[in-house]
Amino acid sequence: MEEHPRPPTDESVDQITTHEPAFHVSPEMAVAGVDSPTEFVRGTSLWKDAWRRLLKNKLAVFGLVVVVLITLASVLGPTIIKSAFGFTPDYIPSNDVKLIKSFPPFTGPNGEFSWTHPMGTDNAGRDQLARVLQGGQISLFVGIIATLVSLVIGVSYGAIAGYVGGRVDDLMMRFVDVLYSLPYVIVVIVLLSMFRSQTPRGQLILLFVSLGSVSWLTMARIVRGQVLSLKNQEFVLAARATGVSTARIIFRHLVPNTLGPVIVYATLTIPQIMLTEAFLSYLGFGVQAPLASWGSLAADGIQNIAIFPWQLIFPGVTMALTLFSLNFLGDGLRDALDPQMRTV
Amino acid sequence: MSNSNGTLLEVKDLRTYFDTDDGLVKAVDGISFQLKRGETLGIVGESGSGKSVTNLSIIRLIPSPPGKIVSGEVVFNGQDLLLLSAEAVRKIRGRRIAMIFQDPMTSLNPYMKISRQLMEMTELHLGHTRAQAYEHAIKMLDTVGIPDARARVDNYPHEFSGGMRQRVMIAMALSCEPELLIADEPTTALDVTIQAQILELIKELKQSTGTSVILITHDLGVVAGMTDHVIVMYAGKVFEQARTKELFAKPGNPYTKGLLRSVPDPTAEQGKLYQIPGLPPDVAHLKPGCPFAPRCDRVQDICRNEFPPLVQLNDDHASLCHFAREVYVESGGTPAT
Repeated sequence: MEEHPRPPTDESVDQITTHEPAFHVSPEMAVAGVDSPTEFVRGTSLWKDAWRRLLKNKLAVFGLVVVVLITLASVLGPTIIKSAFGFTPDYIPSNDVKLIKSFPPFTGPNGEFSWTHPMGTDNAGRDQLARVLQGGQISLFVGIIATLVSLVIGVSYGAIAGYVGGRVDDLMMRFVDVLYSLPYVIVVIVLLSMFRSQTPRGQLILLFVSLGSVSWLTMARIVRGQVLSLKNQEFVLAARATGVSTARIIFRHLVPNTLGPVIVYATLTIPQIMLTEAFLSYLGFGVQAPLASWGSLAADGIQNIAIFPWQLIFPGVTMALTLFSLNFLGDGLRDALDPQMRTV
Repeated sequence: MSNSNGTLLEVKDLRTYFDTDDGLVKAVDGISFQLKRGETLGIVGESGSGKSVTNLSIIRLIPSPPGKIVSGEVVFNGQDLLLLSAEAVRKIRGRRIAMIFQDPMTSLNPYMKISRQLMEMTELHLGHTRAQAYEHAIKMLDTVGIPDARARVDNYPHEFSGGMRQRVMIAMALSCEPELLIADEPTTALDVTIQAQILELIKELKQSTGTSVILITHDLGVVAGMTDHVIVMYAGKVFEQARTKELFAKPGNPYTKGLLRSVPDPTAEQGKLYQIPGLPPDVAHLKPGCPFAPRCDRVQDICRNEFPPLVQLNDDHASLCHFAREVYVESGGTPAT
């Protein structure tokens, strides 16, 4: 009751009988017992409600803040560093800076304390902070784009299969089952190495496509399940009885109703895909230098872990923090959007 | 547009069967009736007698499979709806034949604002722009007696009570000024005080717009107050069909008599309420005779073996019973020859 404040006049409004021609309900009746006519109708929408529940969840808020901060830092960071210190993530200083080019954090060329490289540099002398931030850009971008692909394909595919039903549904979902049964990391590796692109940018696009093309399967299943249970509800029949077309029923009436689980699953897909990307980059199939992602940075760092541990620690910790936060946020969203599922 | 005889809808020998694991269910089996412009037709019957299926068949919303309209004609304005393409039927739904459903709590989309749901209708059928549709939505809410419609139109369904939601459903159904309104038990899910208001509302809107109405219900009181004609359905068949007054005064069928007796009389002494013994038959496994025979208080051998004929008692009154004339005479009627 506290969460859904009901207008106090609901019942009294109903009791206004329409003895006189129904066409007019006099204003006094309309606002019976309420001062302002617009005051009593302000309820909360589902989204406002969910937002409020999300804000009550400390872990989720922590996740949200961290995700936003890391996203902002990744997007703006490299530019700021460029204007502050004058180098880009792929800037390699000239060769006369001694033999050891990888500086520890906060260390200048001569071993003195310096703000120039708060995370040190990598083997080639590139600034690690700038690299990590740029890597964040690419890691997040891969995660988000592949998730969007999975959203578009998965949601439409699942909704159509669920609503149309019958043989079409059988065929569509068996196809999903077949794709499911293939080990998707291998599929992605095969795709990536078959169409291996010469440019780093081409490789990146290929990465989006291959990750997106395998990540929609679960989404399709989730949406189909939701639609199956929704399509027999009376509001769908009512919509059909008003002459609404099938496509419109699917995409305007049913899909919005599945949005809760879809958002939750999408939020949880982003870290999953980022992890896969890191894994692929680590194996050397993902992002190619001079572009960097957290995975490729970690792969570079692990080769020198004994001498230059900061090369692994910084990208690794940043990534772990991001993935944690995204998972907290996803869990928080699930609790917020589907309070009945909550096990508190 | 109007036919010479003023008939809006004529259903002829409609048969809708469902192919289930339990066998072929003849949910509607040879229904015929006529509806004149501006009139209200009541369809009464117990649960499972085929009332709703009849009406879903009219606008071709039978889930298929397993349902199938096997034969019959649904002539609406001189056009057989069963022969039209799906696209053509879709243009009629909501525009010329609108429907109100039983449970207002579930027949509005919980994720869409009331305004969007109302606007969808007129944008679709009347070609309204967003702004026009929005104004029209407010006007319709006003018409159905929702106070402060302009402020309420952007609410979500959960912010309305049951009675208000049914008003919204009526507003939606009437927003394109349909020629026929099918109300499928519009008051069953509402409490009694609200029921009366909703019925009153339908009645008034009907009078002011001239819409014909088919009212499906199992409440005989509703039928008595609202309708011009009544059809009594049982096991997918029309058992009796008459003008409302005639049917209530001089029923010509034992089933109708039983139904009428089952209505509690508030003025009578406290006592046991009458009920028709037994349960409605399983329409998947009907025996050859009269489907009502096992429950009928005047059953004869012929009832168990032979399907009863439809006896025309007078121009406007027909009854499906071997003894229709006798029952009619008992109730004080004089059958036409």
